[in-house]
Amino acid sequence: MDDLYRDYILDHYKQPRNFGELEPHDLEALEHNPLCGDELGVHIRVKDGQIEDLRFHGHGCAISQASASIASEELKGMSLEQVGGLGADWMIELLGIPVSATRRKCALLNLKVVRGAVTGDHAWPV
Amino acid sequence: MTSRRMPPVAESALGVKSDFPIFSRRFDGRPLIYLDSGATSQKPEVVIEAVARHLREHNANVHRGVYALAQEADAAYDGARKRVAAFVNAEPETTIFTKNVTEAINLVAYSWGRANVGPEDAVLITQMEHHANIVPWQVLCRERGAELRYLEVDSRGEISLDQLDEELARHDVRIVAVTHVSNVLGTILPVAEIVTRARAAGARTLVDGAQAVPHMACDVAAIGADFYAWTGHKALGPTGIGVLHGRREVLEEMEPFLTGGDMIASVDFQGATWNELPYKFEAGTPPIAEAVGLGVAVDYLSAIGMDRVRAHERALIAYMLERLADVPGLRVTGPPEADARGGLASFTIEGMHPHDIAELADRGGVCIRAGHHCAQPLMRCLGVSATARASIGVYNGPSDIDALVDALLAGREVFGL
Repeated sequence: MDDLYRDYILDHYKQPRNFGELEPHDLEALEHNPLCGDELGVHIRVKDGQIEDLRFHGHGCAISQASASIASEELKGMSLEQVGGLGADWMIELLGIPVSATRRKCALLNLKVVRGAVTGDHAWPV
Repeated sequence: MTSRRMPPVAESALGVKSDFPIFSRRFDGRPLIYLDSGATSQKPEVVIEAVARHLREHNANVHRGVYALAQEADAAYDGARKRVAAFVNAEPETTIFTKNVTEAINLVAYSWGRANVGPEDAVLITQMEHHANIVPWQVLCRERGAELRYLEVDSRGEISLDQLDEELARHDVRIVAVTHVSNVLGTILPVAEIVTRARAAGARTLVDGAQAVPHMACDVAAIGADFYAWTGHKALGPTGIGVLHGRREVLEEMEPFLTGGDMIASVDFQGATWNELPYKFEAGTPPIAEAVGLGVAVDYLSAIGMDRVRAHERALIAYMLERLADVPGLRVTGPPEADARGGLASFTIEGMHPHDIAELADRGGVCIRAGHHCAQPLMRCLGVSATARASIGVYNGPSDIDALVDALLAGREVFGL
């Protein structure tokens, strides 16, 4: 089996969870990966300070799409404060595959978008 | 696995691969299969050695010293300029060394553009330009209140000379800036014809030859553009050295781009006068060893013969187009005939993102590029966010293309396609 393109990664890539539009939504953001021109946006609905629901939209490689799909399942129910504190390690561990330096931004794009929507901080997660 | 066709070109047609030391390296025990020469070429030993020898034996600053060593450095630097100019049939005095094509185009956009493009004017480029031939014109047009217009790319990846005529007939185009060979589509543009029509309409012309000069005989005088730019590192030379050829009368009218040392005739407390061509446009200590390396690189290419280089690469691209058709779901962008293309092919595969294609090609030891190739507006025209791109050089043979196709087929299997 391939180290990077594991079955669950390809499964999330081909059938991404929580993708599409979410109307109405309370928070949104759109980010680009300048290296490859990939685009990822998010719509977030908030209830009692927590992410009640969210949807990603956009296009990207298997790593970026699978990362967003996998993260989306964890992010539901998280408090906005928790989301603001999430770092790169959280995503990389969640993904569970060895991510090379060149693909790191692919894996982190979704967290960048979500943190941008929640906190207004558009920096790459570290 | 599909059955192999007989390649139209022998593996060792040019017989130069052993001149490139990087190919003796092994990556996890595998040889290097390099199909990314459109990004940068590999370097032959003679170039590496020439740069090292210059630094070891002839290093001094240029144009300042009276001692023997400094004169050696002068001779090496200006000798390189003569070789580089002769390689493309240009004059040394109108051959300016820059850092790269990007700097060369910025030089023109700033020095010529600021003085000659005004609010009622237009700059005309194509939809297939590299960002290096888009952004400097965007900045110029925004600053001067001019309009930036585009020649459209059709479904074959070509532009229309009729549209060029229509644009020129509006009598507001001050400069037409086009690529010679598209770094994404591979399309060879009819640059001499474009220059002729633009000149007849009173417009200046700039040609970006980054993907052309390393791969085919380019006669800058015959093309006749007011400016022709290319870069050393794609032409077997070092990084950090680019070339701008200009028409003498245009260069003489222009103010300098960067100012400082070496580009002046005299300086007093309030002003300065400019040095003669080409030094007026070479402020500061230039890339001396890099120029020497490029001089050797173009001599190396000349020794092979640029017509042989082109014939070899044309046959290889024909083979690549034929073999890529073996990969289900693969779509090549640009002209379908090898004759209409330079040494590269961009493609997409249904169900696989180009980044994943490149990653999986690397599993097979094959280096290809993926992304927008610094041509995001063109990507939008193509309706994609990115493509994968395989590009060749003098050292490639049909086995490299077979390895690519095998890696792509294996990659599809990983993706369950």
